[in-house]
Amino acid sequence: MKSDFILLSDRQTDASFLIHHYLSFYLRAGCKVCFLGFVQSFSHYNAVSQRLGVSLTQARDKGQLVFLEGLKESLGVILQEDASQGTQPLNYLRLPGAGLECLFKFVESSMRQSWNRDDGETRGPPVLLIDDLSVLLSLGVSVKAILDFTLYCQATICLELKGNMVILVRCEEEDADDDEGSDLLHRGLVHQCSLALHVEGLPTGYCRDIHGQMEVWWRRREDAMYNQRKIFHFKVHDKGALFFARGTSSAVL
Amino acid sequence: MAALEKGMARHTGVSNTTSFQKKSRSKLVSIPGTRPSVQNGQLIVSTGVTSLDYVIGGGLAVGTLLLVEEDRYDNYSRMLLKYFLAEGVVCGHELFLASARDHPDEIMQELPSPIVDDVASRKIGEGQPQPCDTENPDTMKIAWRYQNQPRVQTTLASSLRFGHYYDVSKTMEPEVRQAAKCHTFYPLQETPATTESSLLPSPYHALLKSIQAVIHKEGFDGSTPQSKVRNVLRLGLHSLGSVLWRDDLCCKDNPAHCHALTTFLYALRGLLRTSLSVAMVTVPSHLIQNRTVMGRIIRLSDTAIALESFRGSEQETSPLYKDYHGLLHVRQVPCLNCLTCEVPNTKDLAFKLKKKQFTIERLHLPPDLSETVSRVSKPELAAGCGTTATGNKHLDF
Repeated sequence: MKSDFILLSDRQTDASFLIHHYLSFYLRAGCKVCFLGFVQSFSHYNAVSQRLGVSLTQARDKGQLVFLEGLKESLGVILQEDASQGTQPLNYLRLPGAGLECLFKFVESSMRQSWNRDDGETRGPPVLLIDDLSVLLSLGVSVKAILDFTLYCQATICLELKGNMVILVRCEEEDADDDEGSDLLHRGLVHQCSLALHVEGLPTGYCRDIHGQMEVWWRRREDAMYNQRKIFHFKVHDKGALFFARGTSSAVL
Repeated sequence: MAALEKGMARHTGVSNTTSFQKKSRSKLVSIPGTRPSVQNGQLIVSTGVTSLDYVIGGGLAVGTLLLVEEDRYDNYSRMLLKYFLAEGVVCGHELFLASARDHPDEIMQELPSPIVDDVASRKIGEGQPQPCDTENPDTMKIAWRYQNQPRVQTTLASSLRFGHYYDVSKTMEPEVRQAAKCHTFYPLQETPATTESSLLPSPYHALLKSIQAVIHKEGFDGSTPQSKVRNVLRLGLHSLGSVLWRDDLCCKDNPAHCHALTTFLYALRGLLRTSLSVAMVTVPSHLIQNRTVMGRIIRLSDTAIALESFRGSEQETSPLYKDYHGLLHVRQVPCLNCLTCEVPNTKDLAFKLKKKQFTIERLHLPPDLSETVSRVSKPELAAGCGTTATGNKHLDF
């Protein structure tokens, strides 16, 4: 995979197992990873990654992983009375009308810093992972600002640094007719990305053994404008997820 | 959760070189009223209603947020809040109660009284054979070696259990209630802050600051030294988002402060994750017109349930629902520290409030389609016919 912008999205279900997979995948491959974890604490990601075989604390100490813990940092910004902290990555909280410029500068500086591997092997491309971008909408950031941010990130990381981006957004129900909604954000990001993985519940209803369906949409390949969609069913278990073709779940066969 | 791990790291002292650490070596804090979850070892507390604990996967994990969407007249959601606080009193946890409509002290006076086992007062210690004659319980004939053991305390012996039962017709005794430390927040009595933050309107900002002050002062975030006994803080926030919190989320389709409640919940979650506390928030979702905001509010909480009562609707006289008071929808169950979450068997649940129990039952069984379904047992039955002498009689050909 070269310079991909992968968009993960879900509707009324939880696609965070994909983010955990990508995080451990890229860390094991030796890439420099910048992870913006807005919705959960660092210990949560660490616990899950340890089950998948990667230690986040070690990666962070080595310098391979740059982790922004959104929950912890935001609390200080929301509660403090004086605004004399200078530029910070979470400046969008202080001035909701402003964009995500400071956040982008933080991402850019961490991507450009290289890290030294112990064994001296060739390093992989830098990767940006975001979990999850739609929570910024709840904090007052506009859709336009978020789309500008992702465009800047794509220009810097994918085109200039030849790295990858994996972003998770969560959508709401279909019939919400909202101008500033996450549906608008999702549609804008689908146009920018090269691979879109959309996770949903089963259209026939709730089932205990099939956790949902995932649609894989290849938007762009290297040589041609490629547009292929496929749907798989999946079941999440302790160490990962199992994907299978529709109708071939072991519960049915 | 992070606070617990910090505490454990301080106990062990050295940075661990291996990721594998035996559970017996690290000193796991044992706080009354909590237990580790059977799924992933998370520290959980009871919500006060044992059937609700079962539905949300064993209990509420410490450091998480439970969202309850209120029913139309706020009868049952208020009852759940009272159960939650009463459970905190019985387990000895500290309480924090914020309410805009009724004064928090009024809610505290209405807490249901716990049903205490009278049998526990006569049993001396656990795992004893019962003496055959109970007319003279003081001298023991069979378990005479335990004669001199101290008696178990009578009234709150049940606090060692996880989850208790409450009698709704009686209110809790004042001396039992006052044994628990309770902090309250009533927005109408708060003096308005001189410098208002542009991010959060005034009552939410003051509430958040008050919660943070309590957590820091009482040491729930691990800031005080280890000599103090660890405890859990239970936060009960009633009817957030309603007009009385000066939020117009429930009145208008496009509210002016549409991000106020969501920002508050985000900050609250940050506070909960870094301290030994658990929060229950009720929201009048039936008044919120904007479904997108409601979806965001659910995403920002960890566990989310919705109550739909039949009172006043045509379903009250429906024969299908005649045994129940309402429906319970589980909107979201968290996956904490693991990839899989507790997937419930069925999503059709109904509740009824009896005098001594709040029961949640499933309305009907789901289709029998699973990986371990009875298809597997057929070859086993066929093999069992020939071998076992005491096999199923009706299968003897």
